Amino acid sequence: MINILQNHLSEFISGFGITLLSSVIALVLSLVLGTIFAIMEVVPNKGARVIARIYIEIFRNIPLLVITMFFYVVVTKIFAMSGLTAGTIGLALYTSAFIAETVRAGILAVDSGQMEGARANGLTFWQAMQYIVLPQAFKIVIPPLGNQFINLVKNSSTLAFVAGFDLMYQGNEIASTTFDTINTYIVVGIFYLIITLPLSYYMRYLEKKLA
Amino acid sequence: MKNFVDAYSWINITYLFKGLLITLEVSIISLLLSFIIGSFLGVIRYSRIKWVSGTVGFIIDIIRNLPLLLIIFFTYFALPKLQIHLSIMQAAISALTVFESAMIAEIVRSGINSVPIGQTEGARANGLTSIQTMWHIILPQAYKKMIPPLVSQFISLIKDTSLATIIVLPDLMYHAQIIYGQNNNYIIPMFLAISIMYFVVNYALSLIARWLDRRLV
Repeated sequence: MINILQNHLSEFISGFGITLLSSVIALVLSLVLGTIFAIMEVVPNKGARVIARIYIEIFRNIPLLVITMFFYVVVTKIFAMSGLTAGTIGLALYTSAFIAETVRAGILAVDSGQMEGARANGLTFWQAMQYIVLPQAFKIVIPPLGNQFINLVKNSSTLAFVAGFDLMYQGNEIASTTFDTINTYIVVGIFYLIITLPLSYYMRYLEKKLA
Repeated sequence: MKNFVDAYSWINITYLFKGLLITLEVSIISLLLSFIIGSFLGVIRYSRIKWVSGTVGFIIDIIRNLPLLLIIFFTYFALPKLQIHLSIMQAAISALTVFESAMIAEIVRSGINSVPIGQTEGARANGLTSIQTMWHIILPQAYKKMIPPLVSQFISLIKDTSLATIIVLPDLMYHAQIIYGQNNNYIIPMFLAISIMYFVVNYALSLIARWLDRRLV
């Protein structure tokens, strides 16, 4: 195990970096998209609600791999992009549907009196949303959002399907050149756990604290 | 338009449905196995037996925090080195079962936690042993609360099965790749078809989950 790590340290590190980079970019994109669709689900406009619902249900019910492969196989023919870009876009779209559901639950968990009070004090719907409801909603949804980020890091392994040069891809390359599959995959697993395990314990701690 | 008509020939459609059947078969077998193993692990984790529940909990945490894809690779490419030889189907089912058992164990544990403590105390006060209490009093109530999260877990299991295409499991995703691999014009029709197939199965399940959720609460 130590041998594998020493001989291929640079590959592991660069894969680890790409996994982190792609996860963080996908997280930011999916937070933005997810929040937009979550708000669309609670606005009074019925059209917006229907569009948001359709978007969320489509991306929640189709496997991430299908979305990622679609971008890699189909969309790259129209817009040339690397596997990493295609994979990250796929990840962001897939995760945004889950984040939208999480944020929506957070918005609904904020007491409706908050919105009513804000409106009664003369704030517009959007002002009330921005200054009163969303800040409280985000506080509630921090632990589930953290869990979404953990899922995102794990799901970023699908980049290996589209030559994304992420940790899983590098691990496979190393495994197929050294034939030392057991140790390579154990090292890859440890690298993933470095990100996900502390985060999941921290989220559990936050959940307990907030509960 | 002609591409779509050609792509959805009888042969291709039946071939896709064969893939869907494999996807469902692998998912259902893995679900049943991981339901049994996961329940067992969940109860152990809840039990607070010194060392045992802590160790089981730690193993569950490790598995839950690894990518499923890594577990699939490990089962198919690393286990043969340990003289454990599995067919593609067995490897896919084992990998999914290991991963899902850990997920279900957490669901079971929080389901048990959500049963009011008075139920345990009442049962114990009436002379039931702790195992009888768990089996007759706690678990039936816990399972009722666990049905919605279990159904969502089943949905992600069906989606996750597609990852096993990488070890050439002939599931829906793989069959679509075979078809569009032969003719580039079929790429978009195939993506559309499998998206619809996955969507219909999973959306139906999520509607059932929502219905159960409303009925049981």
